Amino acid sequence: MAQKILDALTKKFAAAIEQTTSDHGDEVAYVAREQLHEIATWLKTDPEMAFDSPVFVTAIDLLDLRRPDEHGRVVEIDVGVHPNLGRFEVCFQLRSQTHKHRIRLKVRVTEADPRCASLASLWPAFDWQERETFDMYGIRFDGHPDLRRIYLYEEFVGYPLRRDYPKEKRQPLVRRDDLLIAPDSLTIKTEREGDRDV
Amino acid sequence: MSELKQLVLGRKDVQDLDQEQALPNELMTVNMGPSHPAMHGTVRIVLTVDGERIVASDVHPGYLHRCFEKESESATYTQIFPYTDRLNYVSPMNNNVGYAMAVEKLLGITKEIPRRAEYVRVIVSEVSRITDHLTCVGASAMELGAFTPFLYFLKCREWLYILLEEVSGARLTHSYVRVGGVSKDLPEGWLDRLFARLDEIKVVIVEVEDMLNNNKIFRDRMADIGKFSKEDAIAYGLTGPIARACGVDYDVRKDYPYSIYPEVEFDVPLGTTGDCFDRYLVRIEEIKQSIRILHQCAKQLPDGPVIIDDPRVALPDKRGTYNTIESMIRHFKHIVDGIKVPCGEGYTFVEGGNGELGFFIVADATGRPYKCYCRSPSFVHLASAGKTMHGHLIADIVPIFGMINMIGGECDK
Amino acid sequence: MGLELVTTKLEDAANWGRKFSLFTYPFVTACCGMEFMSVAAPKYDLARFGAEFPRFSPRQADLLMIVGTITEKQGPALKRVYDQMAEPKWVIAFGVCASTGGFYQNYHAMPGADQVIPVDVYIPGCPPRPEQVLDALILLQKRIQDGRGHSQLRHKREQAALARERVASGED
Repeated sequence: MAQKILDALTKKFAAAIEQTTSDHGDEVAYVAREQLHEIATWLKTDPEMAFDSPVFVTAIDLLDLRRPDEHGRVVEIDVGVHPNLGRFEVCFQLRSQTHKHRIRLKVRVTEADPRCASLASLWPAFDWQERETFDMYGIRFDGHPDLRRIYLYEEFVGYPLRRDYPKEKRQPLVRRDDLLIAPDSLTIKTEREGDRDV
Repeated sequence: MSELKQLVLGRKDVQDLDQEQALPNELMTVNMGPSHPAMHGTVRIVLTVDGERIVASDVHPGYLHRCFEKESESATYTQIFPYTDRLNYVSPMNNNVGYAMAVEKLLGITKEIPRRAEYVRVIVSEVSRITDHLTCVGASAMELGAFTPFLYFLKCREWLYILLEEVSGARLTHSYVRVGGVSKDLPEGWLDRLFARLDEIKVVIVEVEDMLNNNKIFRDRMADIGKFSKEDAIAYGLTGPIARACGVDYDVRKDYPYSIYPEVEFDVPLGTTGDCFDRYLVRIEEIKQSIRILHQCAKQLPDGPVIIDDPRVALPDKRGTYNTIESMIRHFKHIVDGIKVPCGEGYTFVEGGNGELGFFIVADATGRPYKCYCRSPSFVHLASAGKTMHGHLIADIVPIFGMINMIGGECDK
Repeated sequence: MGLELVTTKLEDAANWGRKFSLFTYPFVTACCGMEFMSVAAPKYDLARFGAEFPRFSPRQADLLMIVGTITEKQGPALKRVYDQMAEPKWVIAFGVCASTGGFYQNYHAMPGADQVIPVDVYIPGCPPRPEQVLDALILLQKRIQDGRGHSQLRHKREQAALARERVASGED
């Protein structure tokens, strides 16, 4: 039943849909970045599609992802050699309350220009979820009303869910003055008066 | 100063009453800090208020961000179960089951899970759902001043914790489910003990309903607070009891049935206005429906193994591990390397205590996931809380927040 | 000889009063909060120990119970709450996340609340059983009676330093 959505999508936006897959029962459509907002608007407003409810937004960092090549060996995929390939895949999952079908839209963005259109104007729940994706991966969403960090604090440097951010690299805001053991490789900051207004 | 005195301390003549001189007022910024008494974890709300009325709000989550995704990239598939427990820590079995189903989908063994394992999973999930709703309603009632329902519900929750401890070994963070089934079978006589307690819980629920449903204070504080329309609920991605309170007929167990839910009969309660009182009623009704499901599952429970027989997925049994070299090596490889899931990605979702709880896993043929994203309903619901609060008084934040059932671990992952 | 006897007896009496009427500030963050609710509930009653009523203002509390994981973002808030409490004050780290970080070794979970404030009693467990919490409370009460909580020792050190200064300036 859901293959019909992918067919209708490919028929209407032929060039913008780069690929569609349907592994494990999930319908996925790879979309060109520039047409994302147009396609999303059509998916929301068209009565056959009627994707009125948002599910999630996230991104996949393809830096050391392994996939089977044409011989079936599992190798790391290419992310940066060609300028068209991108390091991140931004995923938007949508569902329809009326027709009960689901779809995942994927947009490939590069590391040098990690921008993508914001769908927060169409589905308000994507507001916070896009902020979370920005916080964790550094993807900027054009047209987002208020793009700032949501989980981490403003002073945090870097995007922690990228594959090259070490898991245990802490950036402490405050530590005791009389701390005996220094935490791993970071300097201990002593808090100054009025420095940290919570 | 003397003008202020005149304004405040009374008018001299009746004519003065017509001249309303407005007192100076301005908007104030008030911080409801990360540590506040509503025991819902830590969230900070920066409110802009006009007197007591909220004009704008900015909700800051993230004070409990424990990096579930990053930790799961360096843990084997079985080692992630304790992390999933701590997501929605009032109904941990649902998280365990959701994550196990996500891995099984990528392995392609969803149809091969033993029937008894599926029934046991549903039984413990529904018991966890009951504890979730008991905690939510109890804590919210306490925050409105009704201390007795809180103590009564905590007494019921204590009974269920003891039962779940008999099954899994831990009162709260069970890590009971495994990929391919569950880790051990239900103990002898457990179901009888469960139903004895459920009968007592039904009595307690009737008592609490008597105390709260027609209580003027409770109704005044909960009814007409936090209304949400059906269209807004769908656009804001609400799911679970709070969406059903708005009238959205969406329950994952009915619309995208999984496990053995097609074989049990239950109703899905729907509200009308989406205010806090409707959400409370929907939750109480869901407890009753969960009890109904449990009775049916107990009748239909078949015999058999509780974990799949596939050596790529399940640990060998202990007798084999201690006696044969092949089982010992298999055990060793499972613990050290993990279950090798073939390359692929998939999104699996279950009905958690709060709504659609989903796991989006990207696998790369090693024993550790490449990415394991948790779609948490509390995060999405908290995003809508800002909109709900506008126009209400500061004191109304307490029932709104309580009835959203924002669990910090799930919201901040 | 007489003065020291009276002051130590007075101090013992004061500590006796303090240990049996602890006003807790439950700084609840995560899953351990559920076990805290169970401890306060009728089955494992905290009221038996006099620590029944939580005070939700740090100014009015003397026992800070850090219940659950502390993250880096939470650190300044925790320090501020601790600084606002009046002496003498005690701190219990409830759960292994508040003690050492637990099994969360990552960029945001602080490896223990004692990176920020001094802790008197650590309760391991994920989450700890309510009986462990009551055991820890009794241990803390013994500490309070002996006058060996961190803030009590700090007070004694400061008093001793002041006395030494007075003696030194008196001699001069």
